[in-house]
Amino acid sequence: MYIFTQRPGPSLIATVTTDVSCSNIHTHTPRPHCDWCAGEEYWVDSRTVYIGHKEPPPAAEAYIPQRYPDNRIVSSKYTLWNFIPKNLFEQFRRIANFYFLLIFLVQLIIDTPTSPVTSGLPLFFVITVTAIKQGYEDWLRHKADCSINECPVDMVQQGTVVRTQSSKLRVGDVVMVREDETFPCDLILLSSSRGDGTCYVTTTSLDGESSHKTYYAVPDTMAFKTEQEVDSLHATIECEQPQPDLYKFVGRINIYKEREDPIARPLGAENLLLRGATLKNTGHIYAVAIYTGMDTKMALNYQSKSQKRSAVEKSMNAFLIVYLCILISKAVINTVLKYAWQWSADRDEPWYNHRTEIDRERHVVIRAFTDFLAFMVLFNYIIPVSMYVTVEMQKFLGSYFIAWDKDMYDEELGVGAQVNTSDLNEELGQVEYVFTDKTGTLTENNMEFIECCVDGHVYIPHAICNGQILSAASSIDMIDSSPGGYRRHEDLFFRALCLCHTVQAKEEETVDSIKRGIHLGKPTSFYISSSPDEVALVEGMKRLGYTYLRLKDSHMEILNKDDEIERFELLHVLNFDSVRRRMSVIVKSSSGNTHSYKQHLIHIIMDRNSEIQMYTIKPRADTSIFPRVVSGKVEQVRARVEQNAVEGLRTLCVAYRSLSPAEYEEACHQLSDAKLALKDREQRLAQAYDLIERDFTLLGATAVEDRLQEKAADTIESLQKAGMKVWVLTGDKMETAAATCYASKLFRRSTQILELTKKRTEEQSLHDVLFDLSRTVLRQRSLSGLSVECQDYGLIIDGATLSAVLKPSPESSGSGNYREIFLEICRNCSAVLCCRMAPLQKAQIVKLIKASKEHPITLAIGDGANDVSMILEAHVGIGIMGKEGRQAARNSDYAIPKFKHLKKMLLVHGHFYYIRIAELVQYFFYKNVCFIFPQFLYQFFCGFSQQPLYDTAYLTLYNISFTSLPILLYSLIEKHISIEMLKRDPTLFEPIILFLDVAKNALLRWPVFLYWTCLGLFNACIFFFGAYFLFDNTTFTSNGQMFGNWTFGTLVFTVLVFTVTLKLALDTHHWTWINHFVIWGSLLFYVIFSLLWGGIIWPFLNYQRMYYVFMQMLSSGPAWLGIILLIAISLLPDVVKKVLCRTLWPTATERAQVGRTELCTDPYDMGLCIIMLKHEVMAADECHNNGPQDLVTVSLCIQIAIDKMQLCSLSVAYACLYHSPTATIGHSVYNVDIRKSLTHMTPYLGLISEDFSSMPVAIEVEHLPTEVG
Amino acid sequence: MMASNYNAKEEDGHQPAAIGHGGAGTVKNKKPDNTAFKQQRLPAWQPILTAGTVLPAFFVIGLIFIPIGIGLFVTSNNIKELEIDYTGVDMSSPCYNCSQSYSWNSTKPCTCSVPFSLDQPFESNVFMYYGLSNFYQNHRRYVKSRDDSQLNGDKASLKSPSKECEPYRTSDEKPIAPCGAIANSLFNDTLELYYIDPNGSRTAIPLVKKGIAWWTDKHVKFRNPGGNDNLTVVFQGTSKPVNWRKSVYELDPSDPDNNGFINEDFIVWMRTAALPTFRKLYRIIHKKPNMTPTLPLGQYILEVTYNYPVRSFEGRKRMILSTMSWMGGKNPFLGIAYITVGSVCFFLGIVLLIIHHKYGNRNHSADIPS
Repeated sequence: MYIFTQRPGPSLIATVTTDVSCSNIHTHTPRPHCDWCAGEEYWVDSRTVYIGHKEPPPAAEAYIPQRYPDNRIVSSKYTLWNFIPKNLFEQFRRIANFYFLLIFLVQLIIDTPTSPVTSGLPLFFVITVTAIKQGYEDWLRHKADCSINECPVDMVQQGTVVRTQSSKLRVGDVVMVREDETFPCDLILLSSSRGDGTCYVTTTSLDGESSHKTYYAVPDTMAFKTEQEVDSLHATIECEQPQPDLYKFVGRINIYKEREDPIARPLGAENLLLRGATLKNTGHIYAVAIYTGMDTKMALNYQSKSQKRSAVEKSMNAFLIVYLCILISKAVINTVLKYAWQWSADRDEPWYNHRTEIDRERHVVIRAFTDFLAFMVLFNYIIPVSMYVTVEMQKFLGSYFIAWDKDMYDEELGVGAQVNTSDLNEELGQVEYVFTDKTGTLTENNMEFIECCVDGHVYIPHAICNGQILSAASSIDMIDSSPGGYRRHEDLFFRALCLCHTVQAKEEETVDSIKRGIHLGKPTSFYISSSPDEVALVEGMKRLGYTYLRLKDSHMEILNKDDEIERFELLHVLNFDSVRRRMSVIVKSSSGNTHSYKQHLIHIIMDRNSEIQMYTIKPRADTSIFPRVVSGKVEQVRARVEQNAVEGLRTLCVAYRSLSPAEYEEACHQLSDAKLALKDREQRLAQAYDLIERDFTLLGATAVEDRLQEKAADTIESLQKAGMKVWVLTGDKMETAAATCYASKLFRRSTQILELTKKRTEEQSLHDVLFDLSRTVLRQRSLSGLSVECQDYGLIIDGATLSAVLKPSPESSGSGNYREIFLEICRNCSAVLCCRMAPLQKAQIVKLIKASKEHPITLAIGDGANDVSMILEAHVGIGIMGKEGRQAARNSDYAIPKFKHLKKMLLVHGHFYYIRIAELVQYFFYKNVCFIFPQFLYQFFCGFSQQPLYDTAYLTLYNISFTSLPILLYSLIEKHISIEMLKRDPTLFEPIILFLDVAKNALLRWPVFLYWTCLGLFNACIFFFGAYFLFDNTTFTSNGQMFGNWTFGTLVFTVLVFTVTLKLALDTHHWTWINHFVIWGSLLFYVIFSLLWGGIIWPFLNYQRMYYVFMQMLSSGPAWLGIILLIAISLLPDVVKKVLCRTLWPTATERAQVGRTELCTDPYDMGLCIIMLKHEVMAADECHNNGPQDLVTVSLCIQIAIDKMQLCSLSVAYACLYHSPTATIGHSVYNVDIRKSLTHMTPYLGLISEDFSSMPVAIEVEHLPTEVG
Repeated sequence: MMASNYNAKEEDGHQPAAIGHGGAGTVKNKKPDNTAFKQQRLPAWQPILTAGTVLPAFFVIGLIFIPIGIGLFVTSNNIKELEIDYTGVDMSSPCYNCSQSYSWNSTKPCTCSVPFSLDQPFESNVFMYYGLSNFYQNHRRYVKSRDDSQLNGDKASLKSPSKECEPYRTSDEKPIAPCGAIANSLFNDTLELYYIDPNGSRTAIPLVKKGIAWWTDKHVKFRNPGGNDNLTVVFQGTSKPVNWRKSVYELDPSDPDNNGFINEDFIVWMRTAALPTFRKLYRIIHKKPNMTPTLPLGQYILEVTYNYPVRSFEGRKRMILSTMSWMGGKNPFLGIAYITVGSVCFFLGIVLLIIHHKYGNRNHSADIPS
């Protein structure tokens, strides 16, 4: 029965309800009909696609052609015609640009002191450069669009294949795609050249996952093999309107057969081929276009994300406001003073300087306003256009260093770090809280099957010989059970594991190195899955004797222990989702296959349409499955699961349930109902799953090990030492997570663990627990002032308790009460572990910390889709290009291949970028104060007449060319401290102190800003009054000739340019040839430009005021002396301040700088430091692993090494020394038995000395402390 | 608030060619180059401003600056300078009458004689300046009120001067040459110097008016229209500046190389001063070939043809006689400043030395915190 609902409006949507019978799906017995009543389905956002534009049978449905966009991709923003207006509009929409435009217009309209060129030229420059850049990008887009739109596509029309252009595709067209071709739009797979109606697709360009994914055709259409057959298909597809989620699709296909009611089939994401994906390992496919052009999921996904702003940018904006206020007040002061001063007519209009008539007739208010604007224009350079440009360029170019860093390149994956936004570079150095995911982030997500346990019997794959399973009994308490039942369970267990997964067996002829099939004569194969756990399990099963072969014709084939192939018909897959935290399959054993001794057992399963369930992935065990279990050796399994979890293994439980045909019918009915639903499909599916997944018999559990990533512990330690608080947020079980935390040194043995878990809150009220904990923590804090040893606290909280804490509770006095206490506890804990987190809760935690009163900068790092929410929430989101796809990496601000790269990212790059941009911002304001304040002072000496001090060319070029490059290059390559120093082992120079130097935006705080501004004001005064006193009523040429006002300005300007540039030179710690080139080059350029500018009568200028001014100035001795003097005075205070601060109150950075130079004078000279670096890992690990005791001995050894051993071992010793501060400074450490330490050291030294023998070594022994106790 | 909306990426939306290139995301082996630049390992000199390294610099600066300062100071002190205010504000002043009875239209020039005496002889060349106070030559309206192309001899500009010259652009429908407020207010007092011999006779001191303007100004920047031949014809059709008594081509009829726009007095005046109190070179008294001082000590008379009104804006007029050194006129500031800065550097050097000795060691041991 069909019911049509018509809705008014241009896009007419037909709501169709269809009569669906479960019997169509996979089963052969008749099923009760699930009739859908009219009106049950009423969805608005849907589209109906007529395959091949064929009208449905007239009786069925009115053919309502709907209009869809064509398949033209338009990613370009401009056309040739609208580029200029649209681009200009876009650019002037930014307030900064608009401000400068306004200044420019003011200059054009009113009579202002400076020519419009001074602000027009920079603005024009910025606008043009941006326009060219955007134009170029748009041209690239146009080109890309063009090549995409003109890309040939094979379309099926009237039973023949027609070649057409991609842009001509329309919704409903049937297309043929060949192997290795990219899908031209979003398609529904109709049939493929593979017999089973599947095709393989790689979605690398969409989400970065390079594995082949399988897509399925609807069974009713998969038989179409030729164009003619495809063309004969008469069907419509109803589906939701396009939405950006790549992994979601809800639709339904109605196939009209002759004189029959249409057959409806559900369509899901597994039927939808996305534009941008590529067909692989499949000859060709037929598919129908459903979303075209800008409606495709790919296009919808390329919308810009919300912008994150860095703390530096916020400070910059604050400073800008201050400067805007300064600017306005300057203008106001000058305007007021001007009118006060020229109150008398003789001052206003002396006989030698009359106004024009027009000017005189103007109203005084208008004149005052014009004057105010003129002053604004005169001083507007204090907010320079070039700062924005420079900051932009610094961020953009600077981000390349991250991408270029070979230390963050992963050989295995073949990728380096990736910068998705360059706006947050400096924020990396400001991070205070690191929220990290566990699986795939801290751990490798490289699963290894460790053991399984069936009814309490433990199987370890390593203990298998010749296919014989030995129970590894020694360490495990064997639970006695009846042999029959046990056998039966064992078989079920292994089969369950072999069946319940979404692994694909991929046959690969060429690759030998990859795991082979057990049997000779069979093609080698390996497993592919989106979940590494599954692969580990299936491979583990293989080692235990059960090999999953393939899925063929919806039958799963298993090679059992006796080399027999068992076939199970796969009826339903109840996919894994993170809410349920389990997956199930419903399988039916094929009846033909008998004669094993397990025959009767299998038979039972077959007969009952048995359902075998397996629960996979994250919190696999207790809460998730145990409530659903009705029988089985629950206690034993639970004990084993818990034991494994404590060891940090990923556990999961396996259970099964047999279904009677009637039960199966019921289940099938529910499932297909839910699957066909277009509305609330998820919810309905969940309900259906819930009904099916109950009353299980527990079979056993498995344990999979997920190893810690390389150097994860070292990284966490470094981050902690650098003052960051590391929180682990995981969906995993508490025991597993805690074990990982211990392994990764997040928790130490000395850490006192505070638990805030459901278990505890069940015993005590949440209120009491919280207060207990806060008391503990606070007591420690009050004591810590006295005691030297500070107790380390670690907090463990689980998802349930967290939501209780965050929930505003009615009984507590204030709703935010718990939240505050919780935050207080967290603040005092060095590490926090949040387990059992739902993805959204992760984001909640991040949000909570973000909103706490210190407003710390947060960073979230994760690899999976479940981390995306927190990555988006945190100030800085980092994605790991891990095994669970690339969603996290795509949504992140930065993507790195491994967790260990975080260390360099934060401690080195972040630190550098922060220092650089902080200097950049401060310096820019400083140099513009220096620039403009003399102009302000000059107004007092020129009757407030807005007379500019500098020539137009100088005004224009000061920020553009005279002083721009040095600071830009400084902000790109400055290193105040060496990379090694920042990155090196945390136990040596406490990075925490280095971190404190920049923590909380320290370099952009108001006092620092004030210092720079005052320095600028001081310098400006020196420039101006210095020149004033030089000029004051005297001459300074030996021929008695006088200089005019332009020479005065040029003198000030020369001093200004030199001072400002030299100030930067003083701040530069890292003088590469680039710095030299740029700094001295800028000064030289200034001189050459000035010579040129004053050297010629420029015909295009209507004034020649600068003619020979600069040269005349240089020809005068006192001018030279004056310039040198003024530069010296200007720089003196800053130098003195620097030296005094460094000597009296050195910051950690400064101490480290000194330390560095003392340790190795030139690290790039193949000297000691290189060696130290090369062996950093080795030495550090050695020192670490053995604890403080051996640290001492190692250092002692060093002492001896200096005296006795050869050069090579000495340098190793030095390397160790480098890593062990306690040793070098050590006071009381030397009175340890020397011989003992020698024996400790010997193997270690021997190990390394081989390495060293090939290396030129130069060591300065003098630096080593030689007094041996 | 400015930067908040300023973001280049904001509008770029998606990356170029992100949509479309099917294989754009394929994993390529793009291992970063191991170059020093890309790895941020460029060899570098890493100076550190510690007390130890800065100390010598301070001492060196001190040791260099103090002698320079002393030299400058001594040089400046050796320069002889005499300043005579002849504005005539006081009743007692000889020019009082002239200053009172001032009118632009008076045809009869008012003259006054200001007697003065030199206590010491002025050796070598003596430079004679006129100085004005409270005269805002650096007022913006004034500074820009000129037409440089007209002054450069451009005939088109001669006939139609730049708008900047308003309101001194035209008079009687005729373009003013030279136009503008600066030219219009050309200093037109005539100063003459007489030496009173002990016997009472007056000897005129020869005042040279050549070489008072910048060479480049006189020869390049300022040019008469159509060369120097017959300026009367060239300036036909133009009007003299309203405040001038004679036309521009009559500024120095005696010397065609000093007439018209290239008149040095005019050029000097056209170089606007930086500050409201300024002096401009008026004449040079060259050293005599014999050994007698240029200006021997004794009585002098300054004969002023008082044309230039300054009383209305409370200005002052001065005549300055000054000798020159290599560093120009008398300017104690530079010498004192050098001495001061040198001493400060030296003092700071000592302070730093103490600090360095006291705290320097601590600093070194503290580089490896435990």
